[in-house]
Amino acid sequence: MSDSHQTKTAALPAVDEHPVDYKSYLVRCAAIFAAVLCAVGAMIYISYLPEYGWSAKVAMILTVASVNAFLVAGFLMHLLSEKKLIYTVLAFTVFFVAGLFVLTIYAMHDFPTGTQLH
Amino acid sequence: MEAKVQQFPPYREPEAPHGHAAHDDHGHQGEHAHHEPNFWQKYIFSSDHKIIGIQYGFTALCFMLFGFFLMLLMRWQIAHPGKPVPFFGEILEKILGSGVAPGGAISPDLYNSFGAMHGTIMVFLGIVPLAFAAFGNYVVPLMIGAPDMAFPRVNMASYQAYFLGGLVMFVSFFIPGGAAQAGWTSYSPLATSIPTHGQLFWIIGMVLLITSSLLGAVNFVVTIIQLRAPGMTWMRLPFFVWAQFVTAFILLLAFPPLEAASVMQLMDNVAHTSFFLPTGLAVGGQLAHISGGGSPLLWQHLFWFLGHPEVYVLILPAMGIVCEVLANNTRKPIWGYKSLVYAVLAVGFLSFIVWAHHMYMTGMGTKISTFFQATTMIISIPSVIILTCFFMSLWGGSIRFNTPMLFTLAFLPMFGIGGLTGLPLGFNVSDVHLHDTYYIIAHFHYVVAPGTIFALFAGVYYWYPKITGRRMNEFWGRVHFWCSLTFMNLVFMPMFAQGMAGMLRRMSDGGANYSAAVNSRAGAEVIGGLSGNMMALHVWILWAAIGLGLAQIPFIINIFWSMGHGEKVNDNPWEATTLEWQTPTPPPHGNFTREMHVYRGAYDYSAPGHASDFTPQNEPESPTAPKIVIATH
Amino acid sequence: MEIPYNVQPRPDTGLYNAKLGIWLFLASEVMLFGGLFSAYILLRVGAAPGYWPHGWLDVRFGTFNTILLALSAITTLLAWVACKVGEFGKFKFFHACTIVLALTFLGVKMYEYHDKWIHYEIKLNDGTFADGHFESAVYVNKATDQEQEVSSYQGLAYSEVSGGATNNYVLSSVTLDGRIVQDETLLYDLRSQKHIERAPVKVPADKITSMENYGPWHNTFLAIYFTLTGLHALHILGGTFVIGYMWGPGSKMWKTNREQFTNRIEVSGLFWHFVDLVWIFLFPVLYLT
Repeated sequence: MSDSHQTKTAALPAVDEHPVDYKSYLVRCAAIFAAVLCAVGAMIYISYLPEYGWSAKVAMILTVASVNAFLVAGFLMHLLSEKKLIYTVLAFTVFFVAGLFVLTIYAMHDFPTGTQLH
Repeated sequence: MEAKVQQFPPYREPEAPHGHAAHDDHGHQGEHAHHEPNFWQKYIFSSDHKIIGIQYGFTALCFMLFGFFLMLLMRWQIAHPGKPVPFFGEILEKILGSGVAPGGAISPDLYNSFGAMHGTIMVFLGIVPLAFAAFGNYVVPLMIGAPDMAFPRVNMASYQAYFLGGLVMFVSFFIPGGAAQAGWTSYSPLATSIPTHGQLFWIIGMVLLITSSLLGAVNFVVTIIQLRAPGMTWMRLPFFVWAQFVTAFILLLAFPPLEAASVMQLMDNVAHTSFFLPTGLAVGGQLAHISGGGSPLLWQHLFWFLGHPEVYVLILPAMGIVCEVLANNTRKPIWGYKSLVYAVLAVGFLSFIVWAHHMYMTGMGTKISTFFQATTMIISIPSVIILTCFFMSLWGGSIRFNTPMLFTLAFLPMFGIGGLTGLPLGFNVSDVHLHDTYYIIAHFHYVVAPGTIFALFAGVYYWYPKITGRRMNEFWGRVHFWCSLTFMNLVFMPMFAQGMAGMLRRMSDGGANYSAAVNSRAGAEVIGGLSGNMMALHVWILWAAIGLGLAQIPFIINIFWSMGHGEKVNDNPWEATTLEWQTPTPPPHGNFTREMHVYRGAYDYSAPGHASDFTPQNEPESPTAPKIVIATH
Repeated sequence: MEIPYNVQPRPDTGLYNAKLGIWLFLASEVMLFGGLFSAYILLRVGAAPGYWPHGWLDVRFGTFNTILLALSAITTLLAWVACKVGEFGKFKFFHACTIVLALTFLGVKMYEYHDKWIHYEIKLNDGTFADGHFESAVYVNKATDQEQEVSSYQGLAYSEVSGGATNNYVLSSVTLDGRIVQDETLLYDLRSQKHIERAPVKVPADKITSMENYGPWHNTFLAIYFTLTGLHALHILGGTFVIGYMWGPGSKMWKTNREQFTNRIEVSGLFWHFVDLVWIFLFPVLYLT
C-alpha cells in the first residue's frame, strides 16, 4: 500500500499544468476577499443613497453584484483559466437564461391593444 | 480527414499497483473479481450501464402499458358516457371506491385524473425513460467504445430516483381523492384549487423525475464528450449518439425551470403562497383566502419552457434509432450525415425559444406571438432536413424489409403527418380555431405514438439480439407491425376531423352534454354543435383503440418467448458497422474484450472494393484497398 | 474495469470527468435559480403600486452572512490548494473553517426566519394596521373566566386537555412590539422612513379583523424570499454534508489516492463557490432593493 501511495504522489507534479505556489495563492485570496468586501460595502452604500429612484439603484447595485460575481467565478472558481468546452456550455446556459428572462417578461407586458394591466 | 484523427494516449491506464485499484475507484467497489455478485447486486443495485438500461426499459414499458390502459378506460367513457366499464368497472369500483367509480362507471373526477396521469405517465414515465434512458444507457457507451457510463453510481441513483418518482405517481391513484386532476400541464390556479392531495403527489413525483433526468443528462453529456474511444471523432459518431447528446443537453437546461416552477407550486400547495394565484381569485364562488399578487401565466411560461423542449426529448432519440436502423437495412451510408448533425444541433438550440406557441390563447400580445410564430416556423426547417435525409437515404438502397425496418419505414410518413399538421397550430391565426381541440390531440399523438413509439419498437427489435443473443420472431413481429400501423391510424386520423369540427379535448363525456345543449335549441342555426357523425366517431375510435391494445399482445409475448426460443444469432446479426456489434453477446462487464480504435465513419456500408457490404468502424484502413472518399465522413 | 479519464484529464478536452460533470450540473443550477429569479422579477414588476416591500430584511444580518460565505469561499479554495501542495494538515484546518462558517450562516438564517415568523400584521376593524413582533397574548378560559398570558400565538381560540378536563380558551388581546399605522403602504416601504418608533401595542381581540404573521403566505415578496433563501439554504446544507464527508470519513482517500481526492476537493469546492455566487445575487436583490 505504501509504495502505491508513493508512486501516486511522485506522479502528481508531472500532470499539473500550473505549478501551485501556496504563498501567492494566499496573497491572491486576501486581495479577492478585500475586493469582495469593498463590493458589498459599495452595494449597501448605493442602496442608502437618497437621490436615486429604485430602478436606478437596482441597476447600479446589480452592476456591482456582477463585478462581485465575476471575482468569485473568475478567480475562486478559476473560470478565467478554464477550458474552452466549459465556456461553450456556460455560453449556452447564459443565452437560455437570458431568453427565459427577456421573453417571459416581454410576453407579460405585451397585451393585445385595448386591454389594461390592472 | 486522416490528419484530424487524434491518437489519444493508450486507452487504459497502466496497471495500478496491487491492492490499489480495488479501493480508489469509487464507482466500482466490490466489482473486481473478489466475489461473484449475488442477484441483488447484479440486477437490482447494479451500476452497470447495460443492466440499468434494461431496468429502465422494463419499468418504462410497464408504465407505458399502464398509461395505455388508462387511455382505454377514458375512451370507453368518451364513447359511452356514464355507462359502467365492462369487466374492469367492478375492479375499479373495488380499488378506488364507489365515490369516484360509481357502479363501475367513470366519474368526471376520475376521468380528469386519468387524463392528467395518462399524459404524465406516457411522457415522463414511459417514453422519455425508454427512448432516452433505456436505449441511451444500453447503446451509447457501446457505440462510442466506452467501458461504462462516466459516473456509474450516479447512473444507478438516476434510475432509483426515476423508480421512486414513478412509485409516488402510481401510489397517488390510491390515496383519498385520487391522483392529480389538473392535466399533465398542471396549470395554476386550477392545480392549486382542487382540494385533494393528488397534485401534491404529482409535484413530489415530478421533482424526483426531474432529479433523475438531471443526473442522467449530466452523465450522458460527460460520457459522450469524455469516453469516446480513440479515433472516435465527433463526425464519426453514429447519429444516434448525436441525438442522445442533444437530448441530454435539452434535459439538462430545460428541466430546471420546471423544477423551479414545481417548487413554487409546492409552496402554493403546502405553504399557501400565491406565486401563481392572482389577486381576487375565486374558488367555488368564494374569494380564496390567499394573499394574491401572483401570476398564473408565470406557471405556463416556466412549464412550457420545459414542455416544448420536452417534445424534442421525445422525438430526437427516436430519430436516432431510425437513422441506425435505416442505414443498416438500406445497406448504404446515410444520406447527408453532416446535415443531419447540424440539423439536430439546430433543433436542440431552437427548441428553447419556441415555447410560447402553446400560449397563443392566453391573451398574449401580437408582437410576442409573432416572434414565437416565427421561431416555430424556423424550427420546422431543421426537422424537415432530418426527415428529408432519411427519405433520401432510401433512394437506391437494397432495402431489407425486416421488422425493425418496417417500423422505421412507417415512422417516416407517420412523423411527417404529425409534423405537417403542427404547422396550422404554429400559426396563431389558425391556432385560435384549433387550440384545445381533438385536432391537437391527433397532431401530437401522430408525432409521439406512431412516430416515437414506432421508432422505439424498431429499437427493441433491432437491439434485442445484442441483449439476449437471440432474434425476436419475425412473423409475430410483422403481425405486430401491420396491426399497430392500421389501428394507430384508425385511432388518430378521425380525431383530426373531430377537432376541426370543434370537439374540445377535455370533456369527460366526449361532448355529449355540450352537443345536446346546443342542438336542443329548436330551430336555431347550430353553430359549433357537434354533429351525430362526429359523435359517432368516438365509438369507432374506442374499437380501434381496443384493437391497438390487442395488437400489442404478440409483441409482449414475443419479447418473453424469444428470450428462450428465438433464433440464435452471432454477435453481429444485422451485419452492422457500429461498435456495439463488435462486442461479445451479451457484452460483458466493461463491454469490450479488446481495445477499440475507430478508423472510419459510422455508416460505411457497401464500400466499393470491400469484401463484405459493411465495414465495421474499428476495422483498420488496409493499405491495399483503394482510397475511397465517402462524402458523409 | 476502470473508467477512462476519471482522474487524469482527457487530452483533447483538458478535463477529467467529474470536473466536466460538475460544470454541467452547475449549468443546470443556473437554470434552476434563473427560473426562480425570473419569477422574482415578474412578481416584483407585477406587484400593486406601493406593495413591494423595501427594507423588510435586516441588512446587518445579510451583510454578516455575505461576509461569512465570502470567507468560506476563500477557505474552500485554500483547502484545495493545500491538497495540491500536499499539506494535509492545512487542508483539514481550512475545511474545518468552511464547515464552521457554513453552520454559522445557517444559524443566522434560522434566526432571521424566526424573526419573520413572530412578526405579525393585524388588520383592525377601524381600518388601521398594527404591526410588530409578537410579545404576548392573553387568553380567557371560557369556563372559569380566568385569564392566561401566553408567549406564543395560539390562534383565535384553542383547547387544552389537562387532568382529564378540557379547557377552552378564547383570545382576549394581543400585544405586539411595534406600531399602528393608518396607511398599509407605510408597512411596505420601510426604507423611506427615517426612524420607526416601536412600542408595545395592545390590541383587544374584538378589534381584530385579521391577523397574520410574516410567513410565505403573507405576500409574494415573502413567498419568493422564503423559497429562494430556503432553496439556497438547502444547497448550503447539502454542500456542508459533502464537505463534511470529505473532511471526515472521506479524507481516508488522501492516503490511497491523493490525486483523486484533490479532484474531489476541487469539484466540491466548485459547487460551494456556486452557492456563494447565488448568495451574491440574493443579498442585494432581497436585502438592499
